[in-house]
Amino acid sequence: MNEFLPLLLVFLPFVPALISFALPERMAVWRDVINISFALAKLALVGFLLLSVEDGVTTEWRYEFLQGHDFILRTDAFALLFITLSAFLWLIATVYAIAYFGRGPHLARFFGFFNLCVLAATGVAMSGTTITFFLFYELLTLATWPLVVHKGDEKSLRAGRIYLIYTLAGSAAFLAGIVWLKSLVGTIEFTAPPDLSGIPRLELTLIFILCIGGLGVKAALIPFHGWLPEAMAAPAPVSALLHAVAVVKAGAFGIVRMIYDVYGIDTVSELGLGTPLAVLAGATILYGSFRAVMQTDIKKRLAYSTVSQVSYIILGASLIGPFAIIGALVHLVHQGIMKITLFMCAGALDNRMGIKSVADLDGAGRAMPVTMAAFSIGALGMIGVPPTAGFISKWHLGLGGLQSDAPWVIAVLAGSSLLNALYFLPLLYRAWLLPPSAKLASVRELDGAWNRMLILPAAITALATLAAGAFATFPFSPLSWAKLIAESGYLK
Amino acid sequence: MSPLDLLVAAPLAFMIAALLSGPWGRWWLLAAIPVMAGLTVWLLLLPEGSGHVVGGWTLPLGVQLRADGVAQLMVAATAVCAAIVGLYALHEFAPGADRSETAHGFAFWPLFYLLWGGANAGFLTTDLFNLYIALEMVSLAAVAMAAMGSLRAALRYFVIALVGSLAYLLGVALLFSNYATVDLTLLAEMARPDLATKTALAVMTAGLLIKAAVFPLHGWLPPAHAAAPAPASALLSAIVVKVGFVILLRLWFEAFPAIIAPAGLELLGWLGALAVLYGSVQAIRQDTLKALVAYSTVAQIGYLLLAFPLVATAAGTGGAWAGMTIHATAHMLAKAAMFLAAGLMLKAVNGHHLKDLHGLARAMPLTVAAFGLAAVSLMGLPPSAGFLAKFLLLEAAVEQGAVFAAAVLLVGGLLAAVYLFKPLAWAFAGSDTPVVVAKAPLRTAAPLALALLAVSLGFAGQAMVDITAGSPWAGPPATEAEDVQ
Repeated sequence: MNEFLPLLLVFLPFVPALISFALPERMAVWRDVINISFALAKLALVGFLLLSVEDGVTTEWRYEFLQGHDFILRTDAFALLFITLSAFLWLIATVYAIAYFGRGPHLARFFGFFNLCVLAATGVAMSGTTITFFLFYELLTLATWPLVVHKGDEKSLRAGRIYLIYTLAGSAAFLAGIVWLKSLVGTIEFTAPPDLSGIPRLELTLIFILCIGGLGVKAALIPFHGWLPEAMAAPAPVSALLHAVAVVKAGAFGIVRMIYDVYGIDTVSELGLGTPLAVLAGATILYGSFRAVMQTDIKKRLAYSTVSQVSYIILGASLIGPFAIIGALVHLVHQGIMKITLFMCAGALDNRMGIKSVADLDGAGRAMPVTMAAFSIGALGMIGVPPTAGFISKWHLGLGGLQSDAPWVIAVLAGSSLLNALYFLPLLYRAWLLPPSAKLASVRELDGAWNRMLILPAAITALATLAAGAFATFPFSPLSWAKLIAESGYLK
Repeated sequence: MSPLDLLVAAPLAFMIAALLSGPWGRWWLLAAIPVMAGLTVWLLLLPEGSGHVVGGWTLPLGVQLRADGVAQLMVAATAVCAAIVGLYALHEFAPGADRSETAHGFAFWPLFYLLWGGANAGFLTTDLFNLYIALEMVSLAAVAMAAMGSLRAALRYFVIALVGSLAYLLGVALLFSNYATVDLTLLAEMARPDLATKTALAVMTAGLLIKAAVFPLHGWLPPAHAAAPAPASALLSAIVVKVGFVILLRLWFEAFPAIIAPAGLELLGWLGALAVLYGSVQAIRQDTLKALVAYSTVAQIGYLLLAFPLVATAAGTGGAWAGMTIHATAHMLAKAAMFLAAGLMLKAVNGHHLKDLHGLARAMPLTVAAFGLAAVSLMGLPPSAGFLAKFLLLEAAVEQGAVFAAAVLLVGGLLAAVYLFKPLAWAFAGSDTPVVVAKAPLRTAAPLALALLAVSLGFAGQAMVDITAGSPWAGPPATEAEDVQ
C-alpha cells in the first residue's frame, strides 16, 4: 500500500482536473465542491506522510519506462517541504479562485489546468531522478500556458508567447544538460550524488551552466527573468499560484536539487561554481528590488519583488553552508506564503474596488481593513520585520553568508531590505494613513459570502506568515523541517 | 495462409468490394476494421523476423514477406491510423447528389484501401521490385487523393512522384542485372562495392527521397497535403511518406550497410537537419492552418533522416534505431490527429486562416484539445511518444558527441513549439464564444483518439523499443526466415 502512496499523491489532482474539464458550467457548484474536497484529501495525505517521513521512513515508487531509465517518485524530506507548501496553498488558492471568478463563463478549462499545474508541481517535488524531474517540469510549462492566456486579450496572449519562448528554451538547455550528464555517469537518483571525479572539469562546468541556466529561467534569475513581469497579465489567482508555488518554485527547487543531490556540495565547491551563482543571485535580488521600486502598477511591483525574493533561495543554496541552506529551504516556504498573501490581496483589491495602481490605494485600509491588514503583514514579512516569517529567512541567510566567508551577503540583504521597505511602505502609508480618494466611493456592492471567501484565504496565509515566524522553533514549523532536511542529508 | 499475405490481400479485396458496391462502398469499412485489427494483432504475435515466401517458390524466384520490428510497428500504426481516419471519413465521403463514379464519395474508398494495402506491402516486403509495386500503389492512391483537393497540386505531385518511381526502378534494374536477384536479404550477403551497385543505390535513394518528401525534394508536399480534404491529408502525411522512408531504411541498413560510405550517411543527416530547420521556418511563416501542418510534416521527416548517421554509429545499441522508428510511429498518429482536428476546425468556421480560429477553444474544446495533444507529441514534449523518440535520439547524439545533431533536435523542438502554439494561441484568443457552422461531436472522437494514443504511447516506451529491437540493424543479425504457414 505504502508503495503506491507517492503515485497517489502526485496523480490525485488528475481526478478533479478531468471532472473540471467534463462538467458543464451549470454544474459549477459540484465542480467547486469536488475541487475543494480533493484539495482537502491531498492535504490529509500529506499530513500522514509528514508523520512517517519525520520518523525517517521514505517511500518510493519506481517504474522502468525505458531500459536504463527509471521513473521514480520518492517522498524524501525535501520533497515533502515543497509538497506541504503546495498542498496547503492549493487549497487556499482554490477557494480564492472560486470566489474571485464567481460564476463567470469558461471556468471549466481554468480549473482543469489549475489542477494539472498542481499535479506537475507535486511531481517536480517528488521526482527521484533527473529525467523524472524533467518530465514534470515540462508538464508544468504546458499546464500553465492556458492559465496565463486565460483572459484571451492581446496582453495575455503576448504574455503567453513570451512565457513559452523563455521556458521552453530553458527546458531545452536543461534537457541537454541532464542527457549529457547521464551519458557520463548513468542514471542520477536524488539519494546520493554520483561520483563525478574523473570527468573533465570543463565538461562538468558546462553541464552545470546548462542546467542552472535552464532552471534559472523558471526561477527568474537575471537575465532570464523577463517573462515573469509580463505574466502579470494573467488573472490574480494564476499569478498567486505562479509566484508562490508552481513555476518559480519549481525552478528554485530544481537548482537546490542540482547543487545538493546531483553535483553534491563537495563537487560544486571544488569546481568553484557556488560563488558565481551566489553573486548572480545577489545581483538578481538587488535588480529585482530596484525595478520593483519603479513600478506603479501593484501587480507589476509584486512581480519584480518575486524576481528578487526567489533569488534568496538560490543565494542560500549556492553559499553552501549549514545556515545558508537552512535559510534557503525555509525561504522556499516563507516566500510562498507571503507572496500568495500579497497577490491574493492585490487581486481582491482589483476585483472589489478596481484598484490597480499604487496611487489608487489611498485610504483602502478603511474600505477593506482585513484585506489591507493581511497585505501589510505580507509586506512586512517581505521586508523582514520580526516576528514575521521573512525575518527568520533573512536571519539565517545573513548568518549563512558570514559562515561561508561571504560578508557581502549582509550588504545585499540589507540593501534589498531597504529597497523592500522603499517599495512596500508607501503602499501601507497610503492605505492606512491617507484619506480615501474619491474613487473609493465607487466600491461595488459586496455579496457577503463571496466576499468572505475572497478575503479569508489571504487572512489565513497572513496568519501563517506570522505563525511561521513566531513559532519557528516548534516541531513541524518550516524552520524545524528545513533543519531536519539539512541534518538528514545536506550537511554531510 | 499467413497474416503477412492477408495484410496485403485483404485491403485489396476490400478495394474491389468497394469499387463494386458503388454508393454503398463506404460501409465495407465496418467489415475491414475488425478484419485488419485481427490480422494486425496476429502480426504482432508472430515471432521476431518471421518470414514467408509467397506462392511456394524458393527465394530468388519467390517473393518474401517478413515481419520484423519496423514492419510490425509501422503496419500496426497504419492500421490504427487508417481505421480511425476511415471512420472519420465515413461522413465526409458519403455519396451526395452527384452519383457518378468519379464523385468523391465513391472514389475515396477504393483509393483508401489501395493505399492501405500498398503501405502494408511496402512495410512487409523484402523484394525490391515488389517494393516498387507497393510504392506505385501508394503513390497512385496518394495522387488521386490529392487531386480531390487541388488538381494543380496533384499534377505536380504526379510528375514528381513519377520521376521518383523511375529513378527507383532504374536502380532495381541495375541491381538485377548485376546480382540476378532483388531480394534484400540475398543482396545483403552478396553486395559488392562496385560502381554499378553504388549508382543503383544513389538513384534509388534519390527516388525515395522524393517519395518521402525530404528537403530539398519536398516541394510537392505542402501544396498537395494542404489542399486535399482532411482525411486524405491525414493519410498522405501520416502513411504515404513513411513508405518511402521505410524502403530507404531497408536499402541503407539492411541490403547495403557494408558498402555505404560514412560520407553518404553524413549527407543524409545534413539533409535531415536542413529539412528540420527549413520546414519549421516555413511552417512558422504560413498563415493558413493546413499549410502550416503540411510544412510541419517536412520538418518532422527531417528527424528521420537526421537519425541515419546516429543509427549507423550506434550500431548494436539500438537507442537511435528505436528513437527513429518510434518517431515515425509517433508522427503517424500525431499528424493524422492534427490534420483531422484541423479539418474539423476549418470546416466549423468555414475558413482557412489561422485568424479564423479565433476563440475556437471555447466553441470546440475537444477538437482544440486533440490538436493540442497532437502538438505536444510533435514538439517532442513529455509525456508522449514524440518525446520518447526525441529523447532516445538526443541521448544517442550526446553519447556519440554529435553536437550538431543534438542541437538540431533541441532547436527543432523549439521551432515546432513556435509554429504549433500559433494556432493554439488563436484558439484561446478573445473571450467570446464564436458561433460555429457545424459541430460534429462524433467525428471529434477521431482526432482525439489518435492524439491520445500518440500521447499515451509515451508510457509504453519499453514495449515499442522491444518491438523495434527485432530489426536486423539493431541487434544480433536476423535469424533465418522461418516459415509460418
